[in-house]
Amino acid sequence: MSQQNTLTYARVNDDVIRMLDKPTFKWWALFLPTLLFVGIGAFCFIYQVQYGLGVAGYRHPVFWGVYITDFVFWVGIAHSGTLISAVLFLFRANFRMSIYRIAEGMTVFAVLTAGLFPIIHLGRPWNFYWLFPYPNQRELWVNFKSPLLWDVFAVSTYLTVSSVFFFIGMIPDIAAIRDRVTETPRKIIYSILSLGWKGSNWEWLHYTRAYLFFAAFATPLVLSVHSVVSWDFAMSNLPGWHTTIFAPYFVAGAIFSGLGMVITLTVPIRKIFHLEDYITMDNYDGMAKLILVTSGIVGYAYGVEFFMAWYSGVPAEWYQFYYRATGEYALFYWIMIVCNVIIPLPLWFKSMRSNIVVLFIISIFINIGMWFERFNIIVISLSRGFDPAAWGIYQPTWVEIGITVGSFAWFFMFFLIFLKTLPSVSIAEMKEILPVPKKEAKT
Amino acid sequence: MSEKQGVLGIFSYVDVTIDTVKKLKEAGFNNLRVFSPVPNHEIEEVMDVPESPVRFFTLFGAMLGAACGVGFTVLMSTDWPISVSAKPIVSLPPFMVIIFELTILMGALSTLLGLLINSRIRNNAPRTMYDTRFSVDKFGVMITCSKDGVEGAQDILNSQGAEEIKVDGI
Repeated sequence: MSQQNTLTYARVNDDVIRMLDKPTFKWWALFLPTLLFVGIGAFCFIYQVQYGLGVAGYRHPVFWGVYITDFVFWVGIAHSGTLISAVLFLFRANFRMSIYRIAEGMTVFAVLTAGLFPIIHLGRPWNFYWLFPYPNQRELWVNFKSPLLWDVFAVSTYLTVSSVFFFIGMIPDIAAIRDRVTETPRKIIYSILSLGWKGSNWEWLHYTRAYLFFAAFATPLVLSVHSVVSWDFAMSNLPGWHTTIFAPYFVAGAIFSGLGMVITLTVPIRKIFHLEDYITMDNYDGMAKLILVTSGIVGYAYGVEFFMAWYSGVPAEWYQFYYRATGEYALFYWIMIVCNVIIPLPLWFKSMRSNIVVLFIISIFINIGMWFERFNIIVISLSRGFDPAAWGIYQPTWVEIGITVGSFAWFFMFFLIFLKTLPSVSIAEMKEILPVPKKEAKT
Repeated sequence: MSEKQGVLGIFSYVDVTIDTVKKLKEAGFNNLRVFSPVPNHEIEEVMDVPESPVRFFTLFGAMLGAACGVGFTVLMSTDWPISVSAKPIVSLPPFMVIIFELTILMGALSTLLGLLINSRIRNNAPRTMYDTRFSVDKFGVMITCSKDGVEGAQDILNSQGAEEIKVDGI
């Protein structure tokens, strides 16, 4: 934390609030293309609504394709935000302080993105609210035994709780911005958002307790959400899906991919906003170690899947995995193995963990590898079921690719707006790891 | 204007702030409020305030959420029974997921409610008794007292080296 020795309470306010200055040319240069790609994604979706799901590449027997891959990918990305903000908070890991706000923002925007995909995937998306249990003229209720309904509850709970957690964490910082800004419209907006926060001992008392409870709720929630997502598959009797390791395998994979995305996002932000004193190499070292752990777990899961398929003696199960590694989709399988298991290995060395360029490159590969992991699980399993007469090949169409690209743009659009409107580094929590100003220490 | 007066002292150091609170308490001023840019355990200790009631909101919300989860799943399943593979209509293992999620959801929302209610009830410091530097690097001690007590409070704040003192009716 040596770099943080030069920080003072006042400087933390200055540096973080300075990030909210008028958007620069660089910001617009990033933001406008995201709008363009969001527009392309929206066009593809409207086209699909107009002509029906046939414009997606769904062909018998693969009726879950890129959209569900994207859904699982984005829910996974969301997870490390909660890990960093809640789990590491409970473990009192100080290296989370400077990055947790960015990670939390990432969580909220990733869940917002993920939530689009089950709706996009619906044949009649305008009826999406049928998923919720409400009294209706059809006089029927939802099926609580379906994992898909569990998903509705899990993901909507996750979005609500992570948004509340995100907002609550920002209240003292928004008050700091309110106290600094002078332009009337901004002052009014930040005053409303700060909920009248004054930093009194009463407020801190309730705030710190509430924050602890939020963290305590968010921790089992984050484990449950991706477990539930994994059960969308594991509850089905399909080779490659019907396995008990899916829940821990998915949770570890989610944290792994999320950490990759946190590094992908924070490296340029750190450089552009000169946050080297805040997001230190110690922070990256901690994240790199977590990446190593989770990479090891997913690597182990890939191996166990193969072993169990062979050991089970079920021909369809064994063929599924043999096909993954050698069939038409083998390239995607090996991309997954290389990106998720091999490429993170240099992080065992301290010199690699301290090299920001290496970390950034590895994080990009992790994002790619984890997208393909979901694609492999979903598409390859469906394309090679029990009955060889029902096998088939799926290829995504331009509509699906357009919507996928649009989803990345949608995520980055929210993220860029966040960078310019809300504090990306927690002012109050950064101060907590700085020495408390004491007269005794001065004299 | 109210009979009650607010006296605010602004400090740069947390140890001086804590000393000031101790001195004010010794002098009989018990209606105190401390402002700080960060939460601080020493301030919490010296203020000797009761445990936050937010935890009861959390507990009640979580229990209500669990009850709603049981109610939703059991009542709706029996109202529209879908027999799947001869499995029981009321089947707790799959319902546990819904019960769990609703426990978390309502527990978290009631924690938010608890935070908002409790902070607003106790946070009745008027705007004039707030300084924008409290969100940067200054600490504040606010005394609520009768008009007669203002002078005594000011004396203590001065003797502790308060950088600035504000007095206003509240």
